[in-house]
Amino acid sequence: MFRILRRCARTGLATLPLEPARDADYELAGEKLRESIRRLRGGRSLYVREVDAGSCNGCEIEISALTSPVYDAERFGVHVTASPRHADVLLVTGPVTRQMELALKMTYEAAPEPKIVVACGDCALDGGAFAGSYAVAGAVEDVLPVDIRIKGCPPKPSAILGALLAAVERAGKA
Amino acid sequence: MDSKEFPLDALPAACASMVRGEGARLAAALALDERRRDGGFSLRYVFSVPAKRSYVELRGRIPAGAAAFPSSAALVPAAHAFEREIREFFGLDPQGHPDPRNLLLHEDWPEAVHPLRKEFSWNAKTRREAGREFPFLKVTGEGVFEIPVGPVHAGVIEPGHFRFSVAGEPVVNLEVRLGYVHRGLEKLFEGRLALAAAALAERISGDNSIAHALAYCRAVEDLAGRTPPPRAQALRAILLELERLYNHAGDVAGIAADTGFVFGGAQMLILRERLLRENERLSGRRLLRGWLEPGGLARDAAPGSLETLAAALESCEADYREIEKLILGADSLMDRVVGAGVLDRRVAVDLGGVGPAARASGVDGDLRRDHPVGLEAELGFQPALRREGDVRARMLVRMEEIAESFRVLRALQARMPDGPWTVPINGVGPGEGVGWAESSRGEVLHWLRAGPDGTIERLKIKDPSFSNWPLVPWAVQGDIVPDFPLINKSFGLSYAGHDR
Repeated sequence: MFRILRRCARTGLATLPLEPARDADYELAGEKLRESIRRLRGGRSLYVREVDAGSCNGCEIEISALTSPVYDAERFGVHVTASPRHADVLLVTGPVTRQMELALKMTYEAAPEPKIVVACGDCALDGGAFAGSYAVAGAVEDVLPVDIRIKGCPPKPSAILGALLAAVERAGKA
Repeated sequence: MDSKEFPLDALPAACASMVRGEGARLAAALALDERRRDGGFSLRYVFSVPAKRSYVELRGRIPAGAAAFPSSAALVPAAHAFEREIREFFGLDPQGHPDPRNLLLHEDWPEAVHPLRKEFSWNAKTRREAGREFPFLKVTGEGVFEIPVGPVHAGVIEPGHFRFSVAGEPVVNLEVRLGYVHRGLEKLFEGRLALAAAALAERISGDNSIAHALAYCRAVEDLAGRTPPPRAQALRAILLELERLYNHAGDVAGIAADTGFVFGGAQMLILRERLLRENERLSGRRLLRGWLEPGGLARDAAPGSLETLAAALESCEADYREIEKLILGADSLMDRVVGAGVLDRRVAVDLGGVGPAARASGVDGDLRRDHPVGLEAELGFQPALRREGDVRARMLVRMEEIAESFRVLRALQARMPDGPWTVPINGVGPGEGVGWAESSRGEVLHWLRAGPDGTIERLKIKDPSFSNWPLVPWAVQGDIVPDFPLINKSFGLSYAGHDR
């Protein structure tokens, strides 16, 4: 117990940027996001359901980082939800493989309106390194209507957060 | 690599004597479509022989017109999954194999279409066949229920389907159905220039970008007969350990979080993020991508960057030592992991298990010691080893490996060779080559054949998860359903690497 308390005191607030200069854009996007959520959603948080539709798992590393203590996107009002039925946003990674196409469509159908779809990463945008393969059905937009696109292989946490900001704006208008 | 040819009928017995007589482990089995050369198919069973510090390959040939071979799975259980894969991807029947179902291609894939046959085009669009269902093993009896889970899970993880048969809370049987992230990678490599495909290898399993690119580059170098200069070897070894560190930190964090010890998990995640940032500072990329190429590295380390890394790692290691004490001292965590998901050593050996999961069950193997490449032989790797085979053992093995990686990184930086960081490779092929690397999950193996024009004719990719996924149902049996996420996390397997 003593060890835990000492560690707490020494760690301080990890969520403060590890390196302020490098994290400025993330913090900025986060503050805007918090503001947009307050303005457009009456303070209700943004529920995100992640769907790996065929990713190499690189994008998952960066999406997980968003929920880690350092980035802690929850403080801005972003929550990763377990079920698509609670989701405001579907965050889809990977090219859509032939064998995930059906599961992705069913997840989309399970989500409530307005179903904002964010395509995350180069593969989600155009199939990336796997484009054209017999095992790939296509990019996310070949399967679902896509609202927001994030470039990168994988995109950095700040880029993903920036896209969620755009998603809130989109949801607010819908 | 030594390669011995056997008559097809003698192949299973030859494989069995490798395992029983020489203490070898089946690392991979693969087929080659050679019908355009001489009308038949070739089969290869690749074994790791630690006693000889080498890989050995047994060959068999399926003559023109034939489409079957005797299965080795009954004698060498590790061949089970590989032979299933050969059947669906090549249309070759492993006679006597106990499981006639597809491994990766799902029910709507037409039975007569085999993607790794040469007449099948990499970008062919194949029709979906309706009406078939995957025949899961049915467990019947009073009070037995089935729980289907996935492919889309509750967390930010990869897709896969788990079919539990339960009697009350205990799991009677678990079947793991994967293939959802099959991207056709082995076919995608075919026809590409061998010298220009390392970037694709980085995308087989994103969290093992380095291990796969390294195994791939080593296969090309083996084929071309070139050895990267010492500085390249040392820098590559640094990248491999950096990759292990951030993965192990994430896995231990996951185990801590799954037991409810959120504080310990959070501390490990902060460490993981620090490590990812050091990756970026050193290489420009958080996942260390874009640096490896056949022959060595695409560029040297930036001046001063290795010194910066050394200082940062020193501080990370001090940090880790404190977190380690916290986690080991947390009764709430340790109570939960003791005795959970026990994997028997015999099962791990028979199924060819590798990496931390196997080492936690007493299987003494680590490629960095058993099959050292170049400079690795001088680093004195000591595999972490435990016997209990439970979640605790798998966690402790990783924690010991974190400490060992810090030690190895220090050793590497103390003796960093100067000089060139790449050796030119002018031509590749025709021929075959094999490359490997001990990833954070265990053995990655790439078996490569290139044609006279330097293009890839066949690349067999073995990800450690391919060998370790079959272990999970054995470890789960008899445990309760609520412990499954914890047990699964302790194996820490890749779906993308398994499915390719």
